[in-house]
Amino acid sequence: MRATVFVRPKAGILDPEGEAVRGSLRALGFGVGGARVGRLVDLEVEAPNAEEARAQVEQMCRQLLANPLIESFEIEIEGQAA
Amino acid sequence: MIREARVAVVVFPGSNDDRDAAWALRALGADARLVWHAEHELPPDTGAVVLPGGFSYGDYLRCGAIARSAAIMRAVGEFAAAGGLVLGICNGFQILCEAGLLPGVLRRNRDLEFVCRDVAIRVERADTLLTRRCEPGQVLTLPVKHGEGSWYANAELYAELEHEGQLVLRYAEDCNGSVGDVAGVRDRAGNVLGLMPHPEHAVDPLLGSGDGALLLAALVDAASEGVLAGAQP
Repeated sequence: MRATVFVRPKAGILDPEGEAVRGSLRALGFGVGGARVGRLVDLEVEAPNAEEARAQVEQMCRQLLANPLIESFEIEIEGQAA
Repeated sequence: MIREARVAVVVFPGSNDDRDAAWALRALGADARLVWHAEHELPPDTGAVVLPGGFSYGDYLRCGAIARSAAIMRAVGEFAAAGGLVLGICNGFQILCEAGLLPGVLRRNRDLEFVCRDVAIRVERADTLLTRRCEPGQVLTLPVKHGEGSWYANAELYAELEHEGQLVLRYAEDCNGSVGDVAGVRDRAGNVLGLMPHPEHAVDPLLGSGDGALLLAALVDAASEGVLAGAQP
């Protein structure tokens, strides 16, 4: 079962990398008011169905893939609405 | 009871201050033992554990995130839960935060630059196992070298830590954008501590500062006293 995890800096948390990207895009002439840089993780999950896969990936996010103090996460399971 | 101060220095793939830490601890009279991350147990009669600086597991995912699931970390967690003294330096501090043994998290430095210089560090609490050889308010000169040393806690957690006296060290100058200029913290019980500066690189004035010896000697004291819950001297 394929799953994709999007990890983002939480709203309100300073994201210096995003700030640098924003500044660089503006220097290139793009009208960019804000940029936030996160992380994407593609997973091949061993699970019998989408519900079970989602439950497992949620645990993965809580235990390792995201740090709840500073990051939020979103999970997409292949063939299942987000 | 005074006994030999045995200090376990954990070596992860990518640790690079492990030997410096062991060298400094030995110079201060400790029996420092390097312990590989794949071990399941700490050496017998370990009095303190040091998680050293470096780039464990290539800093993949987040600094310290992968190391927390290393085999030895179960033993380190049990040691800490039993009241054993655990110190994380730099990457070791990041690991302890990611493992949930210390509050907060270390993030990318505010200005995105790798900070590598001596900084002034103020001792906020001189009543901890790491700082009890210092005076309250004493300013130490210690080197830092990190790209992800900006400590973060939200306002609620920060207020709680301040109230509980868990904010042990602060930068006395602008360094990396840490909330409250925090450079070192302890857990609620007081036997797990972490800091971004490197005391192990500052135990000999020949290397610029001997102030780190004040901190590590206190750790060696505690290790020799056997500071475990229920085994207080």
